[in-house]
Amino acid sequence: MSSASPINVIKASQPEVQVQTAPDVNFAYLDERTKRMIRRAILKAVAIPGYQVPFGSREMPLPYGWGTGGIQVTASVIGPEDKLKVIDQGSDDTVNAVNIRRFFQRTTGVQVTTLTREASIIQTRHRIPETPLQEGQMIVYQVPVPEPMQRLEPRETETRTLHALAEYGLMHVKLYEDIARCGHIATTYDYPVMVNGRYLMAPSPIPKFDNPKMHMSPALQIFGAGREKRIYAVPPFTSVESLGFDDHPFEVQKWNTVCALCGSASSFLDEIITDDQGSRMHVCSDSDFCQERQADQTSAGVKHDAL
Amino acid sequence: MTHFEASPLLCVQGLSKRYGSFTALHEAAFDLWPGEVMAVVGESGSGKTTLLNVIAARMQPDHGSVHYRMRDGALKDVHAMTQAEQRLLARTDWGFVHQHSAEGLRMDVSAGANVGERLMGLGHRNYGQLRATAQEWLQRVEIDPLRIDDTPRIFSGGMRQRLQIARNLVTSPRLIFMDEPTSGLDVSVQARLLDLLRQLTQELRLAMVIVTHDLAVARLLAHRMVVMQRGRIVEMGLTDQVLDDPQHSYTQLLVSSVLQP
Amino acid sequence: MTAPVLSMQGVSKRFTLHHQNGVELPVLDNVDLQVHPGECVVLDGSSGMGKSTLLKLAYANYRTTSGRIQVLGNSGTLLEVTQASARELLQMRRETVGYVSQFLRVIPRVAALDVVAAALTDGEISSPAVVADARAQAAELLVRLRIPERLWTLPPATFSGGEQQRINIARSLIKPRALLLMDEPTASLDVANTRTVVQLIREAVARGSAVVGIFHDPDVGSDVATRRIDISCFRSNL
Repeated sequence: MSSASPINVIKASQPEVQVQTAPDVNFAYLDERTKRMIRRAILKAVAIPGYQVPFGSREMPLPYGWGTGGIQVTASVIGPEDKLKVIDQGSDDTVNAVNIRRFFQRTTGVQVTTLTREASIIQTRHRIPETPLQEGQMIVYQVPVPEPMQRLEPRETETRTLHALAEYGLMHVKLYEDIARCGHIATTYDYPVMVNGRYLMAPSPIPKFDNPKMHMSPALQIFGAGREKRIYAVPPFTSVESLGFDDHPFEVQKWNTVCALCGSASSFLDEIITDDQGSRMHVCSDSDFCQERQADQTSAGVKHDAL
Repeated sequence: MTHFEASPLLCVQGLSKRYGSFTALHEAAFDLWPGEVMAVVGESGSGKTTLLNVIAARMQPDHGSVHYRMRDGALKDVHAMTQAEQRLLARTDWGFVHQHSAEGLRMDVSAGANVGERLMGLGHRNYGQLRATAQEWLQRVEIDPLRIDDTPRIFSGGMRQRLQIARNLVTSPRLIFMDEPTSGLDVSVQARLLDLLRQLTQELRLAMVIVTHDLAVARLLAHRMVVMQRGRIVEMGLTDQVLDDPQHSYTQLLVSSVLQP
Repeated sequence: MTAPVLSMQGVSKRFTLHHQNGVELPVLDNVDLQVHPGECVVLDGSSGMGKSTLLKLAYANYRTTSGRIQVLGNSGTLLEVTQASARELLQMRRETVGYVSQFLRVIPRVAALDVVAAALTDGEISSPAVVADARAQAAELLVRLRIPERLWTLPPATFSGGEQQRINIARSLIKPRALLLMDEPTASLDVANTRTVVQLIREAVARGSAVVGIFHDPDVGSDVATRRIDISCFRSNL
């Protein structure tokens, strides 16, 4: 391929980080034609909010199930000026997040950050940051199963028809079953939503707590499933409504406590076992959000006792 | 609503279908009026199931037409409809009861959800009402309403068939297609199912096309009967007339072959 | 002279048995018959001569081999039975022509009272008030026919032949119709019940219905007949 590799235009914007890009690898790993193909898929996805667009998912240097879809989306849209944040279950520090971030550093040399408000692209596995997103930001979700009705109707020929004809009674059957069996809708993550009043969408395994954040978000939301080879999107300021019944409406999770570190009563809390005696504490799942709040409190001179 | 409806519900004309050189259906034609139950009898390979499937828009004919009178009175060519229109029709104004209930039910979903699915597909969003409606219908088809949360996998064959019927009737359809609804069921179970069907068709003024090889089913349920042989309708008339005074040689053979216990 | 309720012109009936080498069994030939309101025509003749066949042709239970049959409907319209559609024939049976056969085709699980009441409500979506009224009328009739009340809620499948026959008669007579066809209605009845049926027939005739009947008991025939026809006159050419 003779297309000019843009390696020579990468600025080392973080001088302390040694940017080692392999000489034979294109910017962001994928070749330009592949990026073009994926961008076309993304354009279609954005044009039809919630509709699953098939794309030619490539061999990536990590197996299926580790975010290949999200990585391909990010790789197709990232440019040298972007600032990238990668989180996994809200944390910047897990193995997954660290490795994906390093992958992009090596193949693009872009600036990386842990601060939600500074990132132009946020790639995430299974959470939406607590800090509200702004216009101009892009969030890329890693998706295992793009088809929301997969468990109910495994035949893709049939689900395609259901989407085409907007026949979504089946999804409500699932919710009905939950209520009949458990007294309430038992789905707590990957909770199905209706996008733009037309397409039923699987928002990826984010907790249902995060669903309201997708609604009318100023940011562009793109979803990539590498193994299933589908891309879908929610453009900015699009309605995203979680399904429910009139008498059993959608509800987010609630906790009886606040974050042990920053005192937040409005964020998604993880339960952490702290010792062998079974002591536990609840802390924010979004590490950046928690740290910022702690930093604010320290600078404001507020001490907070751990519960 | 009186008997005397002004126009037929279903108009079938010149319906034909071939598979290569094999004629599955040849020039089938009849009109069906609201509340009329018509049995299609014949032996295996007679084309009766093909006829049912073509009329129910599950198969395309090679020639001929099927027109259905919609609720607003418009007569529409069933095969000229879009797939979306056909599917909507199949879920609202029509019903289809399969020979094998597993094909007509969601086996791993509760009875209540099976009954309520059509309503949920039409936008009903009140769980309490859906459940109450499902219980009413289960009662109507003589399934204990306490079994509303059980899945059809643990129902008997007769219960599954009755559940299929409830699932179809919940949207008050005007036309029901049935494919050998009693086959495989024990005799006593058959009798109960047939009686239920008879009551429901009268109460609800249902029009039905029932494919059956069992003349007793035709006698009990159907006002009219059509006899098919090798893809052709060889005789058509009032059920009692066709059974008591069969004209065509094939009909005479069928009628005389029935064993009387 | 009022128009006939039933008119048969040149009607013949021949059975062709395709599986017995196409052998033909001629039964009736050249039937010309007119029955007017208020008449009770009794058919005479030995068994197997075609009396039942004539009734069944009028009811459209049998198809004519040739000839025309006309029935005058309630609204004054004349129905060509031999040309009629299934729908028209079903309507004719509901509104105009009743038929009492020799046998009651038993529908399982329906209570005797409802079997009779259904003849009044059949074909209409009925409010509970209408159903209750129908049941009340059915009850009256069952009382006259001496069906014990304890049997009213039971399906007739387990009744005796005579009881089933009385249910059959009740079912056919409860709704006044212009034409009644009766095939041996008193065959399995005792004297008292036979008397009651005779009374019911007379009442129907007095109301203006026309009756064509076959009665195995010659006295009963005499009791009800306004006219008698010997069936052999429709077999002259056979």
